[in-house]
Amino acid sequence: MPLNRQPNIADPDDFYRELIDSQRGLSDAQAEMLTTKLVLILANHVGERAVLSEAIALARDNTLQHG
Amino acid sequence: MSKSYSYPEFPYRQSAAQREGRLERHPLVVIGAGPIGLSIALDCAQRGIPVRLLDDNNTVSFGSRAVCYAKRPLEIWDRLGVAAPLVDKGVRWQVGKVFLEDEQVYQFDLLPESGHKMPAMINLQQYYVEQTLVDACEAHPKIDIGWKHKLVALSQQDDHARLTVETPDGRYHLLADWVIACDGANSDTRQMVGAQFTGQFFEDRFLIADVVLKAPPQPAHGGQRLGTEPERWFWFDPPFHRGQSVLLHKQCDDVWRIDFQLGRDADPEAEKRPERVIPRIQAMLGPDLPFELEWVSVYQFACRRIDNFRYGRVIFAGDSAHQVSPFGARGANTGIQDADNLAWKLKLVLDGSAPLALIDSYQEERAFAADDNLLNSTRATDFISPKSPVSLRYRNAVLELAATEAFARPLINSGRLSTPTPYLQSSLNTPDAEAFAGRMKPGTHCADAPVRHQDQPAWLLNVLNTLHGPAGGFTLLCFGDRPAVESVAEGPIVARVLSVGDDVQDAEGLLAQRYDAQPGTVYLIRPDQHVAARWRRFDAAAIRAALRRATAQH
Repeated sequence: MPLNRQPNIADPDDFYRELIDSQRGLSDAQAEMLTTKLVLILANHVGERAVLSEAIALARDNTLQHG
Repeated sequence: MSKSYSYPEFPYRQSAAQREGRLERHPLVVIGAGPIGLSIALDCAQRGIPVRLLDDNNTVSFGSRAVCYAKRPLEIWDRLGVAAPLVDKGVRWQVGKVFLEDEQVYQFDLLPESGHKMPAMINLQQYYVEQTLVDACEAHPKIDIGWKHKLVALSQQDDHARLTVETPDGRYHLLADWVIACDGANSDTRQMVGAQFTGQFFEDRFLIADVVLKAPPQPAHGGQRLGTEPERWFWFDPPFHRGQSVLLHKQCDDVWRIDFQLGRDADPEAEKRPERVIPRIQAMLGPDLPFELEWVSVYQFACRRIDNFRYGRVIFAGDSAHQVSPFGARGANTGIQDADNLAWKLKLVLDGSAPLALIDSYQEERAFAADDNLLNSTRATDFISPKSPVSLRYRNAVLELAATEAFARPLINSGRLSTPTPYLQSSLNTPDAEAFAGRMKPGTHCADAPVRHQDQPAWLLNVLNTLHGPAGGFTLLCFGDRPAVESVAEGPIVARVLSVGDDVQDAEGLLAQRYDAQPGTVYLIRPDQHVAARWRRFDAAAIRAALRRATAQH
């Protein structure tokens, strides 16, 4: 199954708020660590190597496009 | 400075050729009497090649250096008849533990499958390995070691090399049909042929301290004491050495190897001084544990490979051809496998029984293995010594998660320990035409198995060896009814039948299991105990074709 690039989260505003709130009260270093751990946890959940490669490439390409 | 070992001094002997001013021509000159040069000399000599082995020094390795030896190199040394004293002397281990600060986050077990003669791993100081190999080489009538013989120049003709060698009696020249350069990561020979040696350098410095302890160390703050079983302990960011990694290994004679990461800015000269080293060790072991400092070394490393393993008549093996980080014990272990791969090929080419292309299959197979080792070694180094703040954060995130989350543990890489790289893509292999399960694909080193031979318990790999004697040869490992012939020949290349059920008994059924064998199954096994081809029935024409292929006669 290829990387799902269509909307897939049921309540996007609620999810986004939860994501931002998760960093409340953390130092910058802690917040960065949280984000890093989240990447690893979700990557393991996805598991499928080809999908992970596609996601990594998308994040990198999108970053480079924005300078 | 060694407390536990006294270094032998091997005698310099002036050669008759130098004394008499004769230009002698040798079939084979090996440069460098380290573990690889000595192993290759022994392998070639046992196959019948006279070997002139030159070393610029006259003793063994200074310091313990390469200390971990894996199962496959031990099997190769067993084929050469030198493994028993090494295994007896070495420290067997199989458990590794990884700590973050003072908390254990991961444990692995090399879990040696039962039914193998050799253990998964032993730790043994390199000087013991070299001394054992030197004794075997000195005792071999076809090996002539020149101690204090330094290669200073080399030029090449079509079918030989001309070497200029410096000894205490001055310089002289000799000729060699073939030269094998085993003169290490800083190989002079490599420079003499103009080879490129490129790859990745790592800026981190590391300190090795070998200490003699009469009791197992109890790391201060760590709270955990090593038990009676030797284990490999690896710390990330321990309280006694903040922000860096530490590796602990037990060697024989109560010597413990402690490897401290020092970072990029460390001053290598200052860090070697006892007044700097001793406080680091006391911080780790506690101020009261008595120890003696045996050997200290500060090193940096690179992961790099030679562009071509052969330049004319000069062939490179071991660290002269590929250099890896120490994490994973892949340096000496892969070098011994270079020797294993090259000796039988050189013998057949020197005899005129196989074309030069067989030597070039050494590059094909061992460069493939070297690249696999370099990949593993570079990955471990990137984990242990992250190069950017973001990669450091990923590394620490993995370690922090691993304490409670199983999913993160396989991502921890404190060095993946050396295992052989099968030559699955080798042009010497005959691809399977029939269905086989299991690991014994063409290009794979033969798995050992317990057997009975001449009414005695024995091991498959030993029986393969005794079938041929030290000169070695191809084997047809045949399951089921004994074939009508004793051997199959393709020109001068002969494969001898070893019948399972007749010559050897599959005592525990492990042989058939590991080789996915049924009655009629035939394996063609190379002189270096790798699978060349396999079939479900004995077919002499197919065997002859596979023999041609396995000796590069396409």
